[in-house]
Amino acid sequence: MAADVEPFLRIEGVSKNFGPFQAVKDVNLTIGKGEIFALLGGSGCGKTTLLRMLAGFEEPSSGRIFLDGQDMTGVPPWERPVHMMFQSYALFPHMTVEKNIGYGLKHERMTAAERTDRVRAMLDLVQLTPFAVRKPHQISGGQRQRVALARALARQPKLLLLDEPLAALDKKLREHTQFELMSIQERTGVTFIVVTHDQEEAMTLADRIAVMDRGAVQQVGPPGEVYEHPASRFVASFLGSISQYEARVLRIEGAEALLDVPAFETPVRATAIPGLVEGEVLTLAVRPEKLAIHRHPPGGPNAIPGEIKDLAYFGKDSLYRVTLPSGQLISVHAVNARRGGEARPDWYDKVWVAFEPAAAILLRG
Amino acid sequence: MSVSRPFSIARWFHRRGWSDLIIGLPYGWLLLLFLLPFLIVLAMSVGSQAPTAPPVGFGGEYPWINPRGYQRLFTDDLYIRSFLISLMNAGLATLLCLGLGYPMALGLTRVAKSWRNILLMLVILPFWTSFLLRVYAWMGLMGKSSWFNQLLTDGWNLLVPVDWAVKSIPMMHSNFAVVLVMVYTYLPFMILPLYSSLERLDPTLDEAAMDLGSRPFRVFLDVTLPQSVPGIIAGGLLVFIPAAGELVIPTLVGDASTPMIGRVIADEFNSARDWPMASAVAVALLVLMVGPTMLYSRYQARAEEGPGK
Ligand SMILES: Nc1ncnc2c1ncn2[C@@H]1O[C@H](COP(=O)(O)OP(=O)(O)OP(=O)(O)O)[C@@H](O)[C@H]1O
Ligand SMILES: [Mg+2]
Repeated sequence: MAADVEPFLRIEGVSKNFGPFQAVKDVNLTIGKGEIFALLGGSGCGKTTLLRMLAGFEEPSSGRIFLDGQDMTGVPPWERPVHMMFQSYALFPHMTVEKNIGYGLKHERMTAAERTDRVRAMLDLVQLTPFAVRKPHQISGGQRQRVALARALARQPKLLLLDEPLAALDKKLREHTQFELMSIQERTGVTFIVVTHDQEEAMTLADRIAVMDRGAVQQVGPPGEVYEHPASRFVASFLGSISQYEARVLRIEGAEALLDVPAFETPVRATAIPGLVEGEVLTLAVRPEKLAIHRHPPGGPNAIPGEIKDLAYFGKDSLYRVTLPSGQLISVHAVNARRGGEARPDWYDKVWVAFEPAAAILLRG
Repeated sequence: MSVSRPFSIARWFHRRGWSDLIIGLPYGWLLLLFLLPFLIVLAMSVGSQAPTAPPVGFGGEYPWINPRGYQRLFTDDLYIRSFLISLMNAGLATLLCLGLGYPMALGLTRVAKSWRNILLMLVILPFWTSFLLRVYAWMGLMGKSSWFNQLLTDGWNLLVPVDWAVKSIPMMHSNFAVVLVMVYTYLPFMILPLYSSLERLDPTLDEAAMDLGSRPFRVFLDVTLPQSVPGIIAGGLLVFIPAAGELVIPTLVGDASTPMIGRVIADEFNSARDWPMASAVAVALLVLMVGPTMLYSRYQARAEEGPGK
């Protein structure tokens, strides 16, 4: 995780209060050079506020920010080697695309020729050379977004902050731009912090993700780790879909625990987590794609009978909603790998839902 | 269905006649109250003085036009001088209004929303009292024995060498007084259009400029100022045009030896009873004022090709 990347940005105990309201609560993060780091969280959880503190538009109420070892406290935005791509792009409407991109270069010590070269290179990077002399209102939304990116990159910042860079784009353009962002990051080596509330976008783009809730960072880690090993019920339900049930530890048998889950009406096995004690009450969570659906009782452990209440057939895969004996529901996402043979389960079929002990996630709190 | 409905106000209203009337109303108004009077003045300017009432006559030989008024306009330096004085005073007043009004308008956009309306009210509050009353108040303030004049005099005497000391500062009946009162009177006409153009600006643009390395004053020059040009032009015209034709202020606080053009027109009409001459001056003033207005409309048309924001 954080240990194998060279620390570049250190956020130490940063909080931000707006009057009595705490928008950011004691955030600690270490971000490495050249990393794409995603801040993920619901609306109003403090993502923009945290970015604005990194850019210097807001001072933290407490805590400190170090960039490349330098304390950023009291350093005004115009002196920080940090550039921001705004949620609304904030392009200067009275300047051409070219002038917008070259705006920050006025403050660099470089000759006019070097400046033109840099602008030309940036236009080339975002493939906007034919639009150089247009005004922002004369280009499309996606092109505007690329101008904003080029403008933020032109001064070769050490750190680039992107606030919901793709939110205004349609789905297809968004997917395309995600890869474009990644390839630009690879070519420039700039550290990116991307704010998003779209979990798929965060997982596609980022080397590491921080999940935020109500101002506090809940978990930090690579996408796979945060997805497969969520640290809390909030993180588990925020990333992807998941079914959660109350469970009580009956017995601990080596690396596995036998649990009583009232919703299932049969005891199930799950890989134990450290410090588990008999009688402890916690949450058992399973993701739909980790479950298998059978028309006959399967041989292995953790087979729960149920009846199909709902199904959605997508062609390559299907989503089932199965009513458990207790009346609660469980979602199963199955790949339709076979063609022919045994018929797929249908509405109101009696089925068995099964999962590996390792697939179950045990969550405290 | 609509056929079965016997009467619809919307349908009745949208019949062509009504929308034509509504579009035509302002044109009719302008035709009746601006173009027609202007044509009358234009006609009078090429008439001759006559002992009738009104004291204008058309006679003599074909084409019954008497260009005397326009000839005197260019030969008698009273007119040229008062035109120049008017343009100078109005220009000075406009620049001072801009210098005072811009920071005020900018300040208005930066204060908390709850304060903004109160401060805007204060800007237009002077209109609640009569304009004449306010000019008289200034006359009182500028008079030799007023506390205001004495305060300034004491300040002056304190700062300058003894032999420069004065008993009072001669403010009244000077061009200084005219410009001062014009600035005071027309300041709201500068502040309001400036405020409305500044208020529309997106504050994140300022942040973007700062983020790209600009200090606050640079941000003002690069981002705020260029985007407020329409407001500057609108405010400038709203001050300059009425100030150039101003009559009351120069008459009350001005100096008779440096007359503004409005006062010349009034004198020709009333004292000299030379209506053709007065009309010729009025026509010339209008032609002079049309120039900047045309420039402004050209600018507006160009700005409207792009979005306002
Ligand atoms: N200047 C401010 N004064 C008071 N409260 C503020 C201010 N700025 C933000 N907040 C509050 O702080 C919280 C976090 O806001 P922030 O803009 O950081 O959210 P966000 O995570 O970026 O949300 P979104 O995804 O909707 O953009 C919100 O509840 C917001 O109302
Ligand atoms: Mg936000």
